[in-house]
Amino acid sequence: MLLALSSDQEFFRGTTAKFLEEHVPVGVLRRLRDDPAGFAPDYWRRGADLGWTSLLVAEEHGGGSISGAGLVDLTVVAHEFGRHAAAGPLVPTNVVAGALSTLGSDVHAGALSGLLSGTSIATWCLAEGPPHDGLGEVRTQIRVDGDELVVDGVKRPVESAAQADHLLVTGRTGDDLTQVLVPRDAAGISITPMHTVDLTRRFFVVSFDGVRVPAAAALGEVGKAAEDVERQLQQALVVVNAESVGALQAAFDMTVEWAFDRYTFGRPLASYQALKHRFADMKAWLEAAHAISDEAAAAVAAGAPDAGRLVSVAKAFIGSYGAELMQDCVQMHGGIGVTFEHDLHLFLRRLTVDRALFGTPAEHRRRLADLIVAQEDVA
Amino acid sequence: MTADATEDLESFRERARSFVRAHLRPAEGSSSSAGLLRADKTDEEELAAVARDREVQRMLFDAGLAGICVPTAYGGRGLTPAHQHVLNDELRDHEHPTRLQSPTFTPCMAVLLEFGTEEQKQRHVPAILRGEEIWMQFLSEPGGGSDVAGALTTAVRDGDEWVLNGSKVWTTGAWWSDWGLCLARTNWDVPKHRGLTVFMLPIRQAGIDVHRIEMLNGSKEFCQEFLSDVRVPDRDRVGEVDQGWTVGTRWMVHERMAFNSPLVTVPLGSGHAGVSGSSMAAIAAAGGRLDDPLALDLIGEAHMLDAVGSALNRRIGEGIATGTMSDQSSAIGRLFAGFASARRTTIGFELAGAAGAAWTDDDGELAERGNDFLMRQVSCIGGGTTEMAANVVSERVLGMPRERTLDRDVAFRDVPRSASHS
Ligand SMILES: Cc1cc2nc3c(=O)[nH]c(=O)nc-3n(C[C@H](O)[C@H](O)[C@H](O)COP(=O)(O)OP(=O)(O)OC[C@H]3O[C@@H](n4cnc5c(N)ncnc54)[C@H](O)[C@@H]3O)c2cc1C
Repeated sequence: MLLALSSDQEFFRGTTAKFLEEHVPVGVLRRLRDDPAGFAPDYWRRGADLGWTSLLVAEEHGGGSISGAGLVDLTVVAHEFGRHAAAGPLVPTNVVAGALSTLGSDVHAGALSGLLSGTSIATWCLAEGPPHDGLGEVRTQIRVDGDELVVDGVKRPVESAAQADHLLVTGRTGDDLTQVLVPRDAAGISITPMHTVDLTRRFFVVSFDGVRVPAAAALGEVGKAAEDVERQLQQALVVVNAESVGALQAAFDMTVEWAFDRYTFGRPLASYQALKHRFADMKAWLEAAHAISDEAAAAVAAGAPDAGRLVSVAKAFIGSYGAELMQDCVQMHGGIGVTFEHDLHLFLRRLTVDRALFGTPAEHRRRLADLIVAQEDVA
Repeated sequence: MTADATEDLESFRERARSFVRAHLRPAEGSSSSAGLLRADKTDEEELAAVARDREVQRMLFDAGLAGICVPTAYGGRGLTPAHQHVLNDELRDHEHPTRLQSPTFTPCMAVLLEFGTEEQKQRHVPAILRGEEIWMQFLSEPGGGSDVAGALTTAVRDGDEWVLNGSKVWTTGAWWSDWGLCLARTNWDVPKHRGLTVFMLPIRQAGIDVHRIEMLNGSKEFCQEFLSDVRVPDRDRVGEVDQGWTVGTRWMVHERMAFNSPLVTVPLGSGHAGVSGSSMAAIAAAGGRLDDPLALDLIGEAHMLDAVGSALNRRIGEGIATGTMSDQSSAIGRLFAGFASARRTTIGFELAGAAGAAWTDDDGELAERGNDFLMRQVSCIGGGTTEMAANVVSERVLGMPRERTLDRDVAFRDVPRSASHS
């Protein structure tokens, strides 16, 4: 999280933090484990009132930022989501809201206003199943048929698909990318829940079998969505990274506190050099995670030329070193660290999910290598 | 040229850019990067490189581009870290005085600026900024480097002078350097932290014998100095008598700041901390491995470590400057730089394949990677070890209990010492 928040950002952060503490404390999160949606509609609506869904939306469409860089403001919310392992489809709703604001026409206005008020949810259908689950692989077809578009394919994992009123589908028209907004109840869509590790996030397999929508449902021009998809991916990565860093911060703080309180052989754990050095490493990784997450967020928000590179650096680093940090926190706890009774796992779960979504660390290292090799022209 | 404290960043950038374009040569290839300590120069070439560093520093000074964050009273520009960053940006891919940055600008000049008398600052800081004085830190001794305050080199007062005896070691480039900032023991009858004093002394003088030490890759830049009856006037004492640890504590902080210090000039994108991530693609290309997914994964990892390290340094720099982080947080950056650099060196070695074991003069970027690997731990030892940084992070940043020591409340002369150097 940013070292220095403006007073407006700090107020915004404080409001969200307080709201989360009140509405999704650990006890509630544990109960939501068995809830099919993982969050209550009223909770989400009130969160939207706090500004959770409006930051990537232009002012003329009813949105607006705090600092002038809405995506950076959104990382403040995401950080708090991570710190509280909070419930609710923060990533997909914001990505779709941003896309509707940037690319949408009058036919999309209703969907956008529902997202802004929090009365409805939307989600993004990007990734597909194995063996075509690589970052950026898209096989779903969006075919033009007269004045209609026809969607065929299977998307997974799609967050909150069963709760969403609208699905933003990324597919191919021939070799090119097209995006279309599809009502979740359109004929030909079937939605099946998946297993997951997070207590409150829900993921689904969404099948599109000859799903027809009017051509006007397309976001942007048919076959010209590549840049939009990349921008959405970068935004999603920024939010996921900020959330991961929030989860890491919470887990680290808990673990430091534990190290002072837990005694063995008449000494606190925090007095053993072997452990102190591991905490020092963890602290270095944690600060590094903050630093790169914020740097990437600023670059993506500004549309900087190195935004794609930085956001992949951040995802690769936080996914790999952050995961080690988190597992070290478990290790420092000993047996209690692998029990459901202790709260540490709430953050481990969130990080585990975030690490695997929108490209694994290895996939982002590959993206980096491709960028570097192309840039340096070493080949 | 007169310094203008209000010079805005854009006109500063213009000024820096036109100077860099008109006067500086392109940077040499990756193998000459400072952190590597590659044994790729004869003594004559090394001395020529030192002379060029001094010359470039003088040119920067004359152009009003030296000592950006040093007060104007001492020959600097009195500008901000943001100006220094602009200069670093404009220096991309160009030569710069690598050998003057660390330890001369930081920690040595930083310590002088903080603890020097007015007379000392007037005498040395402008000379340093003109490239006339290259400084070394005389801290580590054969008996120990981590336990800096355990220095055995002794200074005894003789009227207006001090007489120094002992030995300092692991100084890189002392054989072509001018001044040493030296931590010495002035009282053996009090606990170790209370009997130290800091002095400055010219390195080239009769009482100092500089020996060169060969390192694992054949480099002979490492030195050991033997001090016998070196006389130092009292006016060259830095800080109070027996209060050397007050200076020493801040000295360590400045040392850990290293390339993160606003006193240091380092072109953006240069791999100052050993093998740089971007050169990995060049190694893989030289080995014809650019279509090997394993090689690409390593290239991505090395770049990731580079980019995260820079972001971390910026965060810590900003945090310390604005007071949201304590000075001791510089140890976080030092720790990260250590393991990130070690990992990059391993990656470079891995990418070189069998050329890491044996190479020819025609192997280009594949060459010397085995030697780099031999020297890998340098990044975790030089500038204070990563273990010591981890001690600082856990104890001073996270507030965990200090390690038990046996030298706290005893006279230093009674403290147990390393076997071979008592
Ligand atoms: C490239 C390079 C440049 C250098 N330049 C300079 C220079 O310009 N001036 C100068 O004075 N010195 C310089 N040094 C020396 C350097 O600062 C020391 O080598 C370093 O501080 C370690 O000291 P030592 O070698 O005596 O090892 P020791 O202090 O004997 O340490 C040995 C090992 O024990 C570990 N250790 C020691 N104490 C503890 C502890 N309390 N807790 C945990 N682990 C511990 C250390 O981390 C290390 O791994 C340089 C070294 C290198 C490699």
